[in-house]
Amino acid sequence: MTYLARIGRQPWLWAWIAALTVWLATALFTGGQGAAEVMSAATTFGAFFVIVALGQMFVITLGPGNVDLSIPATMTLAGTVAMKVMDGANAMIPVGFLLAVAVGLGVGAINYGLIRFLRIPPIIATLSSSFIFQSAAIWYNRGLRIKPPEALADFATAKILGVPVLAVVVVLLAVVMHFVLVRTVYGRGVIAIGQNQRAAHLAGVPVERTRATTYVMCAVFASCCGYVLGAFSGGAALNMGEEYLLSSIAVVVIGGTSVAGGYANVPGLWGAALFLFLLVTMLNTFGAGAGVRLVLTGLIIIAVIVAASGGRKRDG
Amino acid sequence: MAVPSGSAAELDGVDKSFGAVRALAGVSLALHNGECLGLVGHNGAGKSTLMNVLAGVLVPDAGRIAVGGTDLTGRFDAAAAHQAGVRCVFQELSLCPNLTVAENARIIHPAIRGIGWRRQARDLIEGQLDKVFPGHGIDPDTLVGDLSIARRQMVEIARAFSVTESPARVVILDEPTSSLDTVVAGQLLDFVRRYVSDGGACVLISHLLGEVLSAADRIAVMRDGGVVALDRASAFDRGSLVAAMGSVAEERGIEAAASKRASGAPVVRAKPKAQSDAVELIAHRGEVVGLAGLSGHGQTDLIVQVFEGSGGAEVSGAVALVAGDRQSDGVFPLWSIAENISIGSLRRFLSGLLLDRGGERTFAEDWRQKIGIRTPDVSAPILSLSGGNQQKALFARALGSAAEIVVMDDPMRGVDIGTKQEVYAMIRDEAAKGRTFLWYTTEMDELRNCDHVYVFRDGVIAADLARGEMTEEKVLHSSFRADA
Amino acid sequence: MIARVLTPRAIRSALPVIALAVILVAIFWLQPRTMSYFGLNLLLNLAIPIALATIAQMFILCVNDLDLSIGAFVSLVACITATWLHDSPLLGTLALAGLVLVYAGVGALIHLRNLPSIVVTLGMSFVWLGLAVLVLPTPGGKAPEWIRALMTLKPAYVPFPIIASVLIAGVVHFALMRSAYGTVLRGAGGNPKSLERAGWSMLKIKMTMFALAGFFGVLSGMALVGLTTSADANIALRYTLLSIAGVILGGGEFVGGRISPVGAVVGAIVLTLAGSFLSFLRLNPDWQIGAQGAILIIVLALRVLISRAEARP
Repeated sequence: MTYLARIGRQPWLWAWIAALTVWLATALFTGGQGAAEVMSAATTFGAFFVIVALGQMFVITLGPGNVDLSIPATMTLAGTVAMKVMDGANAMIPVGFLLAVAVGLGVGAINYGLIRFLRIPPIIATLSSSFIFQSAAIWYNRGLRIKPPEALADFATAKILGVPVLAVVVVLLAVVMHFVLVRTVYGRGVIAIGQNQRAAHLAGVPVERTRATTYVMCAVFASCCGYVLGAFSGGAALNMGEEYLLSSIAVVVIGGTSVAGGYANVPGLWGAALFLFLLVTMLNTFGAGAGVRLVLTGLIIIAVIVAASGGRKRDG
Repeated sequence: MAVPSGSAAELDGVDKSFGAVRALAGVSLALHNGECLGLVGHNGAGKSTLMNVLAGVLVPDAGRIAVGGTDLTGRFDAAAAHQAGVRCVFQELSLCPNLTVAENARIIHPAIRGIGWRRQARDLIEGQLDKVFPGHGIDPDTLVGDLSIARRQMVEIARAFSVTESPARVVILDEPTSSLDTVVAGQLLDFVRRYVSDGGACVLISHLLGEVLSAADRIAVMRDGGVVALDRASAFDRGSLVAAMGSVAEERGIEAAASKRASGAPVVRAKPKAQSDAVELIAHRGEVVGLAGLSGHGQTDLIVQVFEGSGGAEVSGAVALVAGDRQSDGVFPLWSIAENISIGSLRRFLSGLLLDRGGERTFAEDWRQKIGIRTPDVSAPILSLSGGNQQKALFARALGSAAEIVVMDDPMRGVDIGTKQEVYAMIRDEAAKGRTFLWYTTEMDELRNCDHVYVFRDGVIAADLARGEMTEEKVLHSSFRADA
Repeated sequence: MIARVLTPRAIRSALPVIALAVILVAIFWLQPRTMSYFGLNLLLNLAIPIALATIAQMFILCVNDLDLSIGAFVSLVACITATWLHDSPLLGTLALAGLVLVYAGVGALIHLRNLPSIVVTLGMSFVWLGLAVLVLPTPGGKAPEWIRALMTLKPAYVPFPIIASVLIAGVVHFALMRSAYGTVLRGAGGNPKSLERAGWSMLKIKMTMFALAGFFGVLSGMALVGLTTSADANIALRYTLLSIAGVILGGGEFVGGRISPVGAVVGAIVLTLAGSFLSFLRLNPDWQIGAQGAILIIVLALRVLISRAEARP
């Protein structure tokens, strides 16, 4: 019974309930037709959101002011570099992947370097570096769309019994990251820093090492996402990361992670990612246009943050 | 000139508690027009709380407040206080660093407006600065953030005395000279005398007893949330003030224990950054070393230096810290009691790459019993505990770690007496087992648990007392400057 | 005397102007034809809407918040200007005034519930973009004649963009830096606690600052349509990042109410010119936004170096 009560207090539950409700509403409207296909599509597209949101979640958990705005540019850069180097050859798939990871490591190191050594606030640091990464991506392949290796594209779009393989992989990744968050010394450090950086330092948490790891990890996830997304959509496009800037933050917030830092959860990411995609599908089914869809998304984000702030009013 | 007599401000039976701590216990104090009232007392005596009540920043739990003969009880807040002419120079400066000196004057004077407001504001603050600190050399167009701390304090003081619409009837100066040099401090005290001789009223809080004795007409001594002595300044001298501030309990002699310093190298050696002579803090294995003095005189900085091993501190062994300011330095508010305890020694629970939660829980449960944290369940949120029990959890965090050296930053703030006794016993116990403690405390009683005491003043070690020579009077004397 | 003028502090506050001078000289040197009335007009035209959006962002940053929605907002304004304001001026005016009120409301919400401005404005950016799509589903519309006429003014001797920039910087500088109430607004960024202690309402101040941001966002959208003659829902999305960069480049800081209207306008112009500079260099135009990022990092790095020099006199 206490177990049930504890489950009821989990903030990630709401994202899942919302996702399920929206899915059922869609299914009701269509009389159940295509409900399975919708879910399958949702898990595929949701997977991409979840990969980047995992990194963003760790960054945001570090506390106020911490957010990575360079995710879209990192995705584009990693995607274009990997696609061009692989040049459609199946044999180059591992090389391409390693390159994408290397791009992520480099980007993360640069971001953290700007934050630490030039003492630039994270938002501005990741913003200005993203301009450079975006340019580098444009310059590197001059807007050509190079097809991904066939085997990689097959993997990215493969389904087993109607379940996208990619979604399964990302679910496993999420499980791993869940354990990293709650069961490792590093994860505890991140949460401690987000609650109170000074207290974390005085309790013996290696603050700077933890922050560096987090920014690098976030960039690596973004570049992996760029790699897979490029394979999935038949090549890296220069604007492929665009919608991931705001969405990565939205997924984290709707998923129940505290924007003030110090509290995070992984299951909510999947719930929120599915919800965002299913909401779009539902509104499309209802015949609502892109405009209504966007307005509703925005209002829902604001409603979530107001609800999450609960009576935490400004005192005095 | 006729000096208006009568009551400038009156506090009657003011009571204020923070949780279990009664900061003010029915204080009554009258301030007359044309007088400067000195207010002295040791840490936690209630001076600042009382002045925050008078300034309208804190609402008392009980008691009446009147300013200028008008009873304002029940509708008294910061704005009403300002309206009634109460001005306050707080210890934490309240200027906007991104504005100029003149612009800061405008913030508290809405009457300065319209075309030419800038000149009015500049003239007002410059005129006032000239009156209080002749030859101050402060350009009213400088950004406050670019001024030295001393000059910021001068601006803050001048701003408090400046007048547009509402009068400056009562001015509260809380440690106004803490960052001023002697010449400028002298100017301020001279001005205060002129101000009160023109009929103003002033409350002066200072740890420099000489300053209070020379500038005040009357002196009130506070202790444990009450006024214990109130008389003409001429009726006091340094010695009698210190005596009045001290505790009533009879001075217990401390049995001189065998010094642990005879043999071996020290495990901690550290020196405050401002210390120019050769004095340094030394701690040996198994010692409890006290850091005393008024709060904010450099003890916390040295504690942090030792914790970080920075600033040239030589430390042999791992260090754990017990925070005193629980909210800003210690507690992780979103976590359970168990998580708050185990963060100090996480590596111990690693099995492979993952933390063993069962082990963590057992460990926390052990410490709950050992240190007596009053909760049925260590997985309850830390904020469900009272302040004292939260503090016990912080002790458990440090004592449960493998660190051989434990530094404590005034850890007993707001802790009830029963808990204190339990913790004292535990510290002595751990010290006997060979742990070393550095213990910054603002409470005289706690120093009795120490083998050696360093008294801090103005950021440096002012006295170095072995257990046998430590008395309350000696600590007080070293805390308050002898030459002022 | 020179030593007095060349303090690290003075150099730091002159950084944006130095950056502007460097980039202008470089452009003139590479392409002397730009050093003419029409050249400057062409070069600086698009700086006007960006400068206005940067000023809007500056009001928000001044009270220690951040607006991630300004780009979407300017897009929405552009769409409304090119449709409603063109077709029925009264409806258009009412809609734009309503938007300014919504901005003030967002400020109130953030203050009263103590919400992180980043998330609230992130949500608002979706709302603005959605509304923009609803107002103008496909690119099009037409700029009202009078705006078009204003934006293509050809005054004698001095090109219009220069006059406009000076005007914008001057007016905002006077209102925020020189007026009595502007001082209170800035003080709210520096020490909100002390302001409340002195009897000012932080709610009113936040609402005022957000409303001002909304107002300048409206001006930015209108100016943009005046230049492009038609609108589209995505027309100004990149203004969000550009405006933040512009304020910081112009000497503003993230917290503490340290901002500079003149610096913000200069910062916006520098960022606009960075693109043209590269094309004159015959370097790849791909590096346009990269150059904006690089300039930002260089200026911030210089600022850190100067502050270090300042700390060790």
